[in-house]
Amino acid sequence: MNAISDALVITKRQLQQLIRVPEVLIFNTIQPVMFVLLFRYVFGGLGAGIPGGYVQLLMPGIFVQTVTFTLAATAQGLAQDMEKGLIDRFRSLPIARSALVMGRTLGDGLLNIVVLFVMGIAGYVVGWRPTSGPIHIFLGFLMLLFFGYALSWVGIFAGLISKDARVVANVSFLFTFPLTFLSNAFASTTSMPKALQYFAEWNPVSTMVAAARQLFGFHNRFGVTAHSYPSEHPIVTSLFYMVLLMAIFMPLSVAKYKNSSK
Amino acid sequence: MSFFGHVFPYRVLNKHLGREIFIELSSKSYRSQEPSTRYYDCMKSVIAENLVKTYRKGAVRALDGLSLDVEEGTVLGVLGPNGAGKTTVVRILATLLKPDSGHAQVAGIDVVKDPKSVRQVIGLSGQYAAVDETLTGWDNLVMFGRLYHLSGDQARSRAKQLLEQFSLTEAAHRPIKTFSGGMRRRLDLAASLIIHPKVLFLDEPTTGLDPRGRMEMWGVIEGLVKEGVTLLLTTQYLEEADQLADDIVVIDRGHVIARGSSDQLKNQVGGERLEIVVAESDLVIAQPIIDRVTHGGSNVDRGLRKISAPVSNGTQSLIEVIREFDTAGIHALDVGLKRPSLDDVFMSLTGHAAEEAVAEEAAGKKKKGDRK
Repeated sequence: MNAISDALVITKRQLQQLIRVPEVLIFNTIQPVMFVLLFRYVFGGLGAGIPGGYVQLLMPGIFVQTVTFTLAATAQGLAQDMEKGLIDRFRSLPIARSALVMGRTLGDGLLNIVVLFVMGIAGYVVGWRPTSGPIHIFLGFLMLLFFGYALSWVGIFAGLISKDARVVANVSFLFTFPLTFLSNAFASTTSMPKALQYFAEWNPVSTMVAAARQLFGFHNRFGVTAHSYPSEHPIVTSLFYMVLLMAIFMPLSVAKYKNSSK
Repeated sequence: MSFFGHVFPYRVLNKHLGREIFIELSSKSYRSQEPSTRYYDCMKSVIAENLVKTYRKGAVRALDGLSLDVEEGTVLGVLGPNGAGKTTVVRILATLLKPDSGHAQVAGIDVVKDPKSVRQVIGLSGQYAAVDETLTGWDNLVMFGRLYHLSGDQARSRAKQLLEQFSLTEAAHRPIKTFSGGMRRRLDLAASLIIHPKVLFLDEPTTGLDPRGRMEMWGVIEGLVKEGVTLLLTTQYLEEADQLADDIVVIDRGHVIARGSSDQLKNQVGGERLEIVVAESDLVIAQPIIDRVTHGGSNVDRGLRKISAPVSNGTQSLIEVIREFDTAGIHALDVGLKRPSLDDVFMSLTGHAAEEAVAEEAAGKKKKGDRK
């Protein structure tokens, strides 16, 4: 029980940080909203023939892109704590070893709730209208949060091994940015070279985008070329990916954290 | 390192006089003795025996058979240059690092076998254990209180107490990043005292502080010592160990090279020197006076117009000289007692200067500038 309450103290700390430095929250929400507006009006023409227009397919893509960037945020936050010596302080306290990393992933997850909420409103303003009904819409957002949470654990591991906040943020971004574009998030994969099409179909970002589109009630026109398993069963595949990521990176991270000073 | 090399006028430091603690200069014979027979029989709050810690697959020996102990209710100063292994030994005792071999106990608990219990009785503060800079002092103390499993009310009342104790009440609701270096260290220290630890570790508590911050910090630590806290303190400054510690161990290249009270160490090194600067025309009259008071052996630097002489009872001699100067109508331009520096101690104990080694860097110690 202590492990959970310890983790919540750490999560609370992150929320306090957001209150003390509101810029973080502001920029965390402005950036995705900016993406919504840019893509909506720059690439709006891609949606010829899509019922409801491009924005219906775009929004799930941007949701997924945003929660994917959680990886870098988590990694950077943790690496900053290491740099400043906070981790050593926490490690000298009689708290569960999992508390700090657990608390941070929860905090980043809570931040995602706010960000997704604001984005959802921005999407609505520019014409996004999910058609699947409240329960499915709720499940769609829940799954997005869970996806971000799973990637957060990858970020924890990256933060623990790097120890340099700026480096790890940039490296994480170098991985996640292409991942979000080599996918069906913004355009149809059918225009890609064949090899990339296969990659894009198996890419967890694509399966998550496809799952979100399905849960929000849109036919995923941007992803089915090879009729592979992931593109046919995006929800199951996405859940599998999340569980897999967490099964790998949670124990790795906790073990790494335990020995984080050699 | 130049801090204690300066002239400290009229410093009186006699807290160690009369204490009987042996000094040993042979590190080999020191290390080979068993702790149980090493000293008189009394309660040891910290025991470290033959600690070894290597990095880069043994290429760097950060600790090379280091042994020390701290008696309950006393202050041990661990003195050594950068890279001597000070931080490594604190990290091992505070359960942040596992030794390759050797063993250590804190408050009777083995740090390797039962680190979690150790963490319940220690406080750690220093150059790396830190607080959250974006939060306020209050937020930090309440958070750490909660992490020590105090209830919300307990955590808040303890935070209030500590902020008062460390004169931080006014700044309590400001983010730490607006604190001065000295305030920051005090808050850091406060965070390590939340649970009234049985043993407190302070790793270079004043490194990077300006002289005023250092004095404030010393005052705070002295207050804790008066309350009877058991403290292990590392420092690069002989002056600091002198001011705060009952016992000092000098470490170099991962093991203890000397142990004793600060007076014993300094006598070993040659004690204090009286230094007086006078007008050039007064040099001729001044020197015989100083010779008479200090029983000879004075040295004149004509360029700097400075007369210096070794003294055994610095303050007394200083007062006498000033009195005689007064009678003779000599005006002293600068007067002071120069105390031996860590460099002097090192030169005398090891025959080499206090070198910077790489071992401590490899220990993952973070390099930092002034945190202000």
